[in-house]
Amino acid sequence: MSGANDPFDPKQVAALSPEALDAAVAEGLAAFAAAADLDALAAVRPAHLGDRGPVLLARRELGALPPAARKDAGQRVNAARVALTEAYDARLAVLAAERDERVLAEERVDVTLPSGRTRPGARHPLTTIQDRIADIFVGMGYEVAEGPELESEWLNFDALNTGPDHPARSLADTFFVAPEDSGLVLRTHTSPVQARTMLERTPPIYVVAPGRVFRTDELDATHTPVFHQVEGLAIDRGLTMAHLRGTLEALARALFGPDSEIRWRPHFFPFTEPSAEFDVWFPEHRDGPQWVEWGGCGMVNPRVLTACGIDPEVYGGFAFGMGIERALQFRHGVSDMHDIVEGDVRFTSAFGAEQ
Amino acid sequence: MKVPVSWLSQHVDLPAGTGVEELDAAFVRQGLEVDAVLRTPETTGPLVVGRVLEIEELTGFKKPIRYCRVDVGNPEPQGIVCGARNFAVGDLVVVALPGVVLPGDFAIAARETYGRVSDGMICSVRELGIGDDHEGILVLGTEGIDPGTPAAGVLGLDDVVLDLEVTTDRGYCMAIRGVAREVAAALGAPWQDPAATTPPAWPGEPAWAVQVEDPARCDRFSMIAMEGLDPAAPTPWWMRRRLTRCGVRSISLAVDVTNYVMLELGQPMHAFDRDAVRGPVVVRTARPGERVTTLDGADRVLTDDDLLITDDSGPIGLAGVMGGASTEVSGATTALLLEAAHWEPTGIGRGVRRHKLPSEAAKRFERGTDPDVTVVALARAAELLAEFGGARVVGGVVDVDTRGPRPQITLATDRPQAVAGIPIAPDAVVDALRTVGCTVETEGAVLTVTPPSWRPDLTDPADLVEEVVRAVGYDEIPGVLPTVPPGRGLTPAQRRRRSVGRALADAGYTEAPAYPFVGPAALTALGLPSEGLLTLRNPLSEQEPAMRPSLLPGLLATLARNLGRGQRDLAVFELGVVFTPGPVSAAPLPPVDRRPDDDVLAALLGAVPAQPWHVGVALTGLREPRGHWGPGRAADWADAVEAARTVAEAAGVELTVRAGDRLPWHPGRCAELLVGEVVVGYAGELHPRVCADLELPARTCAMELDLDALPEKAVAQAPAISTFPPVRMDAALVVDAGVPEADVRASLAGAAGELLEDLQLFDVYTGASLGEGRRSLAYAFTFRAPDRTLTGEQAREAFDAAVAAAAADHGAVLRA
Repeated sequence: MSGANDPFDPKQVAALSPEALDAAVAEGLAAFAAAADLDALAAVRPAHLGDRGPVLLARRELGALPPAARKDAGQRVNAARVALTEAYDARLAVLAAERDERVLAEERVDVTLPSGRTRPGARHPLTTIQDRIADIFVGMGYEVAEGPELESEWLNFDALNTGPDHPARSLADTFFVAPEDSGLVLRTHTSPVQARTMLERTPPIYVVAPGRVFRTDELDATHTPVFHQVEGLAIDRGLTMAHLRGTLEALARALFGPDSEIRWRPHFFPFTEPSAEFDVWFPEHRDGPQWVEWGGCGMVNPRVLTACGIDPEVYGGFAFGMGIERALQFRHGVSDMHDIVEGDVRFTSAFGAEQ
Repeated sequence: MKVPVSWLSQHVDLPAGTGVEELDAAFVRQGLEVDAVLRTPETTGPLVVGRVLEIEELTGFKKPIRYCRVDVGNPEPQGIVCGARNFAVGDLVVVALPGVVLPGDFAIAARETYGRVSDGMICSVRELGIGDDHEGILVLGTEGIDPGTPAAGVLGLDDVVLDLEVTTDRGYCMAIRGVAREVAAALGAPWQDPAATTPPAWPGEPAWAVQVEDPARCDRFSMIAMEGLDPAAPTPWWMRRRLTRCGVRSISLAVDVTNYVMLELGQPMHAFDRDAVRGPVVVRTARPGERVTTLDGADRVLTDDDLLITDDSGPIGLAGVMGGASTEVSGATTALLLEAAHWEPTGIGRGVRRHKLPSEAAKRFERGTDPDVTVVALARAAELLAEFGGARVVGGVVDVDTRGPRPQITLATDRPQAVAGIPIAPDAVVDALRTVGCTVETEGAVLTVTPPSWRPDLTDPADLVEEVVRAVGYDEIPGVLPTVPPGRGLTPAQRRRRSVGRALADAGYTEAPAYPFVGPAALTALGLPSEGLLTLRNPLSEQEPAMRPSLLPGLLATLARNLGRGQRDLAVFELGVVFTPGPVSAAPLPPVDRRPDDDVLAALLGAVPAQPWHVGVALTGLREPRGHWGPGRAADWADAVEAARTVAEAAGVELTVRAGDRLPWHPGRCAELLVGEVVVGYAGELHPRVCADLELPARTCAMELDLDALPEKAVAQAPAISTFPPVRMDAALVVDAGVPEADVRASLAGAAGELLEDLQLFDVYTGASLGEGRRSLAYAFTFRAPDRTLTGEQAREAFDAAVAAAAADHGAVLRA
């Protein structure tokens, strides 16, 4: 090596000779290429690209050259450094990619393993289908009205044109609250909510009332003493049976598909006149498309309006009521009522949290 | 009401090609639902009418046997062995020749029996599948049918019976007469009203002294007397067959005739043995202490609401419901009193329910019969009894008739179309009303309508509208959506219930609504009081006479049922009302001709007991399942408390928790749930004794809270979001084990001031190094300033203040 004050003799600066530089580059390239992994590459780097590597040492000698020779030697040194750096970077990239590939392969898991660390819960289909029906009506502008399950006899019967001698008002059909003169029953239908609504609000009234009702039936495959209905009531000027049908059709199509239809059968209910039972055409029935009996409906009996303080000369309207269990039975193919009432989690889980 | 099509077609000229399907459609259109279509089981092969020519009694067997020679239309008579004895030479019978297959795959072949060759079988109604009677073979009388005639047509084996559901307002359809009217109207077919006859003017004084003391409940009472009835005369087979097909058992000619006329005309009748009736017949209500033995043999104690038919001996019948045993027609009766009356329907209904006697007669009276036809029915019965029993009417008719004029209804001609929503011309309105039997007078646009005697249900204009729309056809009305004014959507309480249900489902709970009935035993097992419960007069089960004051009995029963079916890890919830115990004040029953006044209405609504919405959970087994991630985690008290927090969060209220002590929870593992200072529920592990008593797994947990007690969700205010960096610090504080963690946390949070952004308990440690009865609570603090980068010093100041407060309030010592 030349000292700073040594007289210049390029021949003596062997490190800057083209031969030496070429050899250093060749050695470096070979070393990089031979490095099998990132650690090996890192290990050989200082010897070729480090501060004490031949190329950088050679570069330090440049200062000793006279300006005329310095340019030429500088270009050679730089070319050697670039060649080594590029080779190093290329090798680094290759080895890093190999490493990444290996690590990713090592980290592979079986994604088909069970993932559920929390058990799913569910809402009961009776609840979700009631919500669904309420939503359909809320979408039409109705509000959801409510009333108590343990209800006054007057609202459950008298106000609905069902006099004291009506057969339904017997211990054989209706649960009566003790003592004998309590005037309280477990509501036998959601219709007392109609009466409450008419007593509380002024027309126009458009409400639906889903809820639990009670009759003294024994539990069997098709009956339950505790069941659910959805009641609808519309009171306004100029409402007709056509409006009733239109409303039921809209519900049927929203709940049972766009091809659903409504069929009416004249019937008798004390609180509506004219009255009808209605069937829905259910194309998706598991036993094939068919008519299914669903509920009762009619034009609100003027006597009911009178008892609830609404002038039947000015206002009229319609009411309807459907069984929720019934809808579950045919919409979801439930064949035994026990499954709906017994709270077996296997049944409910099948329905999820929403309908 | 069972309607044989053959009987119907006797009165209606059914258009050609009217099959069961067409009839079904017609009935549906009229509002008579066809519940069932009943067909006779099929018989194939040569079933013919035969005439018995000779009977040879065979002896020496265990039972008497007959060998008969029967003319079946062939040159040679048929030899048939028969075990029945209810026939004689000359009788027409039904013969199943070899090759016949009777219902039940009963194949008939020639066979040797009792030492003879039996070349066929003489059939009973049961063998033919047309009745239950197997006492003897079916005898078709002695004339009118040629031997060899195929029997299927004669017997009406191809006749179909339609079982109709008749609604309570349509009493007139409880008879062929009314059903025929409806079918004729639906099909536009001509028909003959079987009641459109004029009864004969029986000469003489009224045959019996009759007095009606209660005309309000009996406005027509008609009676005739008959003599000369042959008590042995059989009911003709065709009448028996019709009765059977209509579900009425054949008893004797006299009784069968009254039943037949009831089915035909809708007028129930009663036949008394005239010779057993003592003195004048009086219709009156029962006197204190009176009793009657009815035809079914029951001795019945009467109330002053029971309407009776009496004679000098006392009650001889429960009016309109059932006759008395003392005057029952017997096998020796030759003289009859036939009664046909019109009873007030609701009184009959009360009697039926009081005595639990839903007779065929009462079913009709309860719906309302046609008071015009009492005497017509008597005449029809007399005619049949004369023809088949040789009886004759003696004396004149008794007819106590106190009816007033029939009510009239005023109807605007445009009312039906205003209700239906489709145009209905005034002429069509009038036609429709006349078709159902109304008398209609027109004056301009107003009709004065007198409904027919058989339609007591038609009292209001709305009733007439229904008749008109029914005539038009309900399904002619198109669907039109009304224009509904905008609604306000769900109420906050309704939205809250949905949110709570969804949140619990998301947290892994499955909804399980239970019946709301409880008994003292279930409540006692939970240590809950059973006093003052709201109870039912007629509960489904005597063990569960009350309405639930809590959701827990139902939830735990659901848990037990699922466990019983092999489930192990369960988390269930219920969202439902409970019934607050308390005294019951009688709810008034005001009249319905107007809105109750405000005081009455307030009393009415106030008498209905409170029924708040509760939410409850019950859980047992693993709360988190075991899996490749680990062994799972058993449900514990904290899950129950967390369920309450889930509910509170969904409801948008802040819940606080403190130690509680309340059954059915474990006294050391019961959390009292509060919103502000109000206790809204409890959560925790169940008392070990409760688990043992209910046979639930140990450490079963539960929560119940009163959803209605939660205040309405406040309108949330947006927080200021600081983008400056936080400073995090940890502290482990050693306190007495009895100090509630919530209290320590409250002290820390209160003293740390506004710089505290978050405070988390991340470890609880107890160990000998801490000393007996001490525990270490380790907290992670996050401090952040809204407006600047917090320095370590500033954070330290807040941290020290928090620790100092915990030390001052609870003796907490910062753990080295």
